Amino acid sequence: MPSVDHRPQPPPGGTPVGAPTTNAGRPSAQQVIAGLRATSEGGEDLVQLLTPEGERVHHPQFDFDVDAELLRGLYRDMVLVRRFDREANALQRQGQLGIWVPLLGQEAAQVGAGRALRPQDMAFPSYREHGVAWCRGVEMTDLFGIFRGTDHGSWDPRSTGFHLYTIVIGNQCLNAAGYAMGQRFDGKVGDADGEATMVFFGDGATSQGDVHEAMVWGAVYDAPLVFYCQNNQWAISESVERQSRVPLYQRARGYGFPGIRVDGNDVLACLAVSNWALDECRSGNGPVLIEAFTYRMDAHTTTDDPTRYRLTDELEAWKLKDPIERVRVHLIREGGADQAFFDEVQAESDRFAGEVREFCFNMPDPPPERTFANVYAEPSPAVDAQRDEHLAYLAGFDGDEHAGADAWRKH
Amino acid sequence: MAAPTKTPVGTAPEVQQLTIGKSLNIGLRAAMEADPKVIILGEDVGKLGGVFRITDGLQKDFGEQRVLDTPLAESGIIGTAIGLAIRGYRPVCEIQFDGFVFPGFDQIVSQLAKLHYRSQGKVRMPVVVRIPFGGGIGAVEHHSESPESLFAHVAGLKVVSCSNPVDAYWMIQQAIACDDPVLFFEPKRLYHQKKAPVDTTATPDPLFASRVVRPGTAATLVAYGPSLGVCLDAATAADEDGTSLEVIDLRTLSPLDLEPVFESVRRTGHLVVVSEAPSEASLTSEIAARVQQECFYSLEAPVLRVTGFDTPYPPAKLEEGYLPDLDRILHAVDRSLAW
Repeated sequence: MPSVDHRPQPPPGGTPVGAPTTNAGRPSAQQVIAGLRATSEGGEDLVQLLTPEGERVHHPQFDFDVDAELLRGLYRDMVLVRRFDREANALQRQGQLGIWVPLLGQEAAQVGAGRALRPQDMAFPSYREHGVAWCRGVEMTDLFGIFRGTDHGSWDPRSTGFHLYTIVIGNQCLNAAGYAMGQRFDGKVGDADGEATMVFFGDGATSQGDVHEAMVWGAVYDAPLVFYCQNNQWAISESVERQSRVPLYQRARGYGFPGIRVDGNDVLACLAVSNWALDECRSGNGPVLIEAFTYRMDAHTTTDDPTRYRLTDELEAWKLKDPIERVRVHLIREGGADQAFFDEVQAESDRFAGEVREFCFNMPDPPPERTFANVYAEPSPAVDAQRDEHLAYLAGFDGDEHAGADAWRKH
Repeated sequence: MAAPTKTPVGTAPEVQQLTIGKSLNIGLRAAMEADPKVIILGEDVGKLGGVFRITDGLQKDFGEQRVLDTPLAESGIIGTAIGLAIRGYRPVCEIQFDGFVFPGFDQIVSQLAKLHYRSQGKVRMPVVVRIPFGGGIGAVEHHSESPESLFAHVAGLKVVSCSNPVDAYWMIQQAIACDDPVLFFEPKRLYHQKKAPVDTTATPDPLFASRVVRPGTAATLVAYGPSLGVCLDAATAADEDGTSLEVIDLRTLSPLDLEPVFESVRRTGHLVVVSEAPSEASLTSEIAARVQQECFYSLEAPVLRVTGFDTPYPPAKLEEGYLPDLDRILHAVDRSLAW
C-alpha cells in the first residue's frame, strides 16, 4: 500500500550520528525536514472530501450527499468547541484552572466522529476529547472540575454515552473493548440499528501494550468497536516517528480488521468514515481502525512548551489546513450560508464563552468530606472513621486557629 | 445484589465433603446460576477448566459467552472486565498464577480501584479477580508469590483470602455479589488437599469479617490463607506442651477486621502474625502498627512476625526454609512469652 515513508531518515552528507552540534537540544535541519514531510502529507490513502481550500472532492467509497444545513451545523459545532477550548486555555492562564489540555486544531477530527455516534453508542475518550463531549451532550462546564481540581469527573457516563476522561495513556482502549464485547453478548449487534463503541486515543498511545491488547481482544471477539486514533503528530515532545515505523492505520491489517487514514482536519471526511465504521460495527463487521491525520496546533497542555521541540514552520504549514476555515470558505463559495449566519455563530460563541467563564469563576471548592466519598460502593466504616476523625480535627480550628492542634494532642 | 444466604445446588446433597478447589468450583457454579450477568474470564478456564481445574465443567454448562478462554494478556483480562462491568456484567477474572498479575496491575490500580471514586459513585465495579497464591508446590519462579499486600495498599480495592473449603464455597459467592472490586486470594497448595464438610444450606459468616478459629489464652496467632493451617498445627503442638494459643483467621485483608484481634490481644498480651509474604511494608506490618495503637497497654511483648523473607521468592529447593513453618512459629511464640 503506497504511503508516506515514516521510517527514520539517514542523515544526509555522512554526518556521524551523535556528532556534536552547536545547537544542542534543537532539532537538526534534517529532523525539521523529516518532520515537515511526515506531518504535512497524509499519503495517497488519505480520505478527503473537503480540501484545505474548501473544495469538495469526490471519493469512490466515502462520498455522500452533503447539504448546507449539515455543513452549517458542523461549522457551528467546531466554532463553539474551539471557542470553549480557547476560553478554557485563557482561564488556566488566569489561574482559574490548574491545567488545560487544548484541542486546538483537532475540532474536525472530534466533531466528525462525535456527530457519527448515535444515542445508543458508547464513547471512551482519552482526555483531550472536548469536541466529542460536546457532541455527546455533556455539559461543557462539567469538564472544568477535572482541570480546576474540584473533582475527577462529574458527568454521568451512562446517560451521556461518554465515559469519564482516562488519563493513563491507553487504558480506556481495553475498557472500551470490554464494553463492546458486552454489546455483542447482549445481542445488540447485527443490524443497522445495532450498538457500537468508539474509543479515542492518540498517536503516542499506540505504543502502549493496552492498545495492542485491545486490538487483539476486539478482533478475536468481533467487538463492535471503532478504534479512533487522532494522530496529531506529537506525543508531548515526541514525534510520531518515535512511535511507529509504519503509518498507524496500516497496523490494523496485522490484527485482521480494516484501517483507514482520514484527513483529520476535514470534518466531512471524518464524519463519513466514522459513519461507515460505526455501521460496520453495528452490523457485526467490527472492529475498525481510523487514523485521523491531524495536528495539535497548541501545546500538549498549558504546562508544555512546544518551541523546545518543533519549529513554527510546521505550525504555519498546518494553519493552512485549518479545519474550520475550509468549511467557512466552502459555505461562502457555495452559498450555503450568508453573513448573518456567520455573525450569529460568532455572537453565540461569545455568549457561550461568557457563560463558561462565569461558571468557572463561581465554582465552589469541594467540601473536605469529598475526599472520603465514594471510595467504595458498599458502606466502608474504616473510611468513614478516617473522615469523621479528620472533620473533627478540622472543626477544632473553628474560631481558634490553635484549638485544632490542641484537640489532636488530647486525642 | 444481595449476598447469598442460601444457595440451591441442583440435586446435590446439602452437606458434601469437599476440597477448597471443589468448593470454589461449585461456588462459582452457584453464582452463575443465580445471576446471568456473572461471567468468567481467564486463560485456559474453558475447555481445560483452568490449570487448577477450579472452573472445571463451567464452560460446558454455561457456554463460551459466559466462560471465556481469553487471549494471553492479563491487562486485557482486567481491562475488558472493567468494560464489561460498565456494561452491567459481574466479571470473575482468573489470573493463572500470583506472579502473572502484574501485567494487569495498571488496570487494577488505575481503573478498577478508582472508577467508583472518579465517577462519584455513578460507575460500580463488581469485579472479582481470583488469584491462586502462595508457595510450597515446588514451582518455578513467579508461581509461588504472595502479592496481597500490594493490593491491600490500594484504596478502592477489597482483598480477601480463604483458608478452608467452607469459606471457599461461601466467600467466592459473596465476593461476586459485592458491588466493589474484590481481589480473591486462593491458597493454591491447599486446593486439592483434605476435604471438609460443606453445608450449602448453612448461613455463612459475613465476607468482611475475621474469625477466631481456635480459642486460647497464652498468646494470639493471626494468619490467613495458606498460613492458617500451619498456625493451627502450631497451636496443637503448643497445647501438648501446655501452652494455649488462640488462632484467628483474618479472612478479609482489606478492609481489615481487627476487632477480634484487639479483643484477643487484650486477653493474651502476646501476638504473633504469620504470613508467607515478605514482611517489609506489608499487611503484617499494618497489623502490628494497629495492634500497638489499640492495645498498647495490654501488650506484654512487641508484636512479632513470622513471614517470608525480604527477598524474591527463592528457588523451590529453598522454599521450605522461606515459608513459615511450625517450628518458626513456635519459636516466635516462645520469644514473645519469654520477653
